[in-house]
Amino acid sequence: MCLGIPGKVVEVNRSESWAVVESFGVRKKVDIALIDEDLVPGDYLMVHAGYAIGKIDLEDAQISLELWEEILHAE
Amino acid sequence: MLNKLRDPELGKRILAKLVPLAQEVAGHLGRPAIFMEVCGTHTMAIARSGLRSLLAGSLELRSGPGCPVCVTSQGDIDRVIALAAARHDLVIGTFGDMMRVPGTNSSLEQERARGARVEIFYSPAEAVTFAAGHPQDEVVFLGVGFETTAPAVALSVAAASSRGLENYAVLSFHKTVPLVLENLLSDPELKIDGLLLPGHVCTVTGRRAFDFVATKYNVPAVVAGFEPVDLMKAVYLLLKQVAGGRAETVNGYPRLVREEGNNKAKEIMREYFEPVNVQWRGFGEVPQSGLALRDSFSFYDAAVRFPVDVAESPPPRGCACGDVLKGKIVSSDCPLFARKCTPLQPVGPCMVSTEGACAAYYQYEWPKAEV
Ligand code: SF4
Repeated sequence: MCLGIPGKVVEVNRSESWAVVESFGVRKKVDIALIDEDLVPGDYLMVHAGYAIGKIDLEDAQISLELWEEILHAE
Repeated sequence: MLNKLRDPELGKRILAKLVPLAQEVAGHLGRPAIFMEVCGTHTMAIARSGLRSLLAGSLELRSGPGCPVCVTSQGDIDRVIALAAARHDLVIGTFGDMMRVPGTNSSLEQERARGARVEIFYSPAEAVTFAAGHPQDEVVFLGVGFETTAPAVALSVAAASSRGLENYAVLSFHKTVPLVLENLLSDPELKIDGLLLPGHVCTVTGRRAFDFVATKYNVPAVVAGFEPVDLMKAVYLLLKQVAGGRAETVNGYPRLVREEGNNKAKEIMREYFEPVNVQWRGFGEVPQSGLALRDSFSFYDAAVRFPVDVAESPPPRGCACGDVLKGKIVSSDCPLFARKCTPLQPVGPCMVSTEGACAAYYQYEWPKAEV
C-alpha cells in the first residue's frame, strides 16, 4: 500500500498537473502537483499512491554507485 | 542505472564487505548489533532480499512501527467497520490492505459480503473520479498512511472541492512518523543500536526532521532507500557509526531525499490537516501524531459528517502485534505465528498487510517445509 514505485517520465502536462511514467514496462498517468522542479521526458519520479512525491536525482544515484566502487576497491 | 541498484553481483560484493564489519561490531558489543527499520516497504524489501538471514549471527534486523495498517488502533479499525455495517448507503473507499484486517467482531471484507459497499482504490485520486462518476453515491475514502500518503489525500480533497463534488469525504487515520519514533526511543526497554529511516517519508519531511534521533537520543540513524544496494548501504553506514562510536542522522538516499524535504507536500499537508492526539497499536495514545482534516474542510471530513461511536477495544486475543511494532519481539516469537495465525487466516493486522512484519516474515523467511 505504501509502496513507492520509480517511473521514467514519458510525457508531461503541467497545466493539467499530470505526467505519464513508465515503470517495469507499464505506463501510468500520475499526478505531479507535489513536484516543483522542472520535468522533462527522461526524468525519473518516485510515485506513491498515484502521486509523484519526489524527483530522482540520477547524478546522485551515479555518485552513490561510484562511492561503492571506491569502498569495494579500498584496501 | 537504477537497475544497477538491484544488481545481484554488486550486492554480493557489498555483502562481502558488510559481513566482516558486522562481525567486528558484534565483537565490540559482545552481541549482534540490532538495527530497526520503521517502514512497511523496508519490511518487505529486507525480507525479500534475504538480508536478514545473510547477516544472521552478526546483525539483527527488526521491524518497528512502519506499517500504516498495522499501527492503526483496534478502535479505529472497529470504527470504519461499524460505519460500513451501519451505512450501506455509503461507498467506503480503501487501499486494499485494509479489507481483511480483523476488527473486534468483523472485517470490511465480511461486511461487504453482508451488503456493505466497499471499493478498493489504488489512489485517492481514483476515489474522487469514482465519486464524480457516481453522483448518487456518497464516497468515504479511508485515509491510512504516513507523510507519504497524507499529501495525496489532501490533494484528493482539493480535487473534490475544485470539481464541486459534494459526495466525497475522507476518514483520516493518518499519522506522522517523527513523534512515534520519539515515543519509541524514549522507552527504556528498547534496545536498538541504529535506526533505518523511511526513505519515502523522509522525501516529504526532509532528513532534518529526524535529526533528533541522533542528537536527542544518541542513536545512529540512516535514511535508507529500497533497492537491495540502498539497504546494504544504509546498514553499512550504520555499522560504521556504531564502530566509530558516533551518532548522526545520515542521508543514505540523497537521490530522492533533501534536507528540507518536499516543501510543496509539507505545505499541502499543513493546509488541510492539523495534528491531533491519536491511538497507535502497541503504543497507546501518542500526542499530536495524528492528522485530522482542519475545521475549514469539515464538509469533507467523514468523522464529522458520518460520526460513529465505537469504544477503543483491546487487540485480538493472543496477538502480539503491539510488541512486534515496538520491536520487543520478532514475529516468530508470537505463539500464534504460523499456527493459528497465517496470511490466509490472520489474527492480527501484522499478518494481513503485505507490509506487516508477520506477513513478510511468513512469506519470505519462514521455512515452510517445517510447517
Ligand atoms: S503472528 Fe499473528 S497473532 Fe502473532 S503478532 Fe503477528 S499478527 Fe499478531
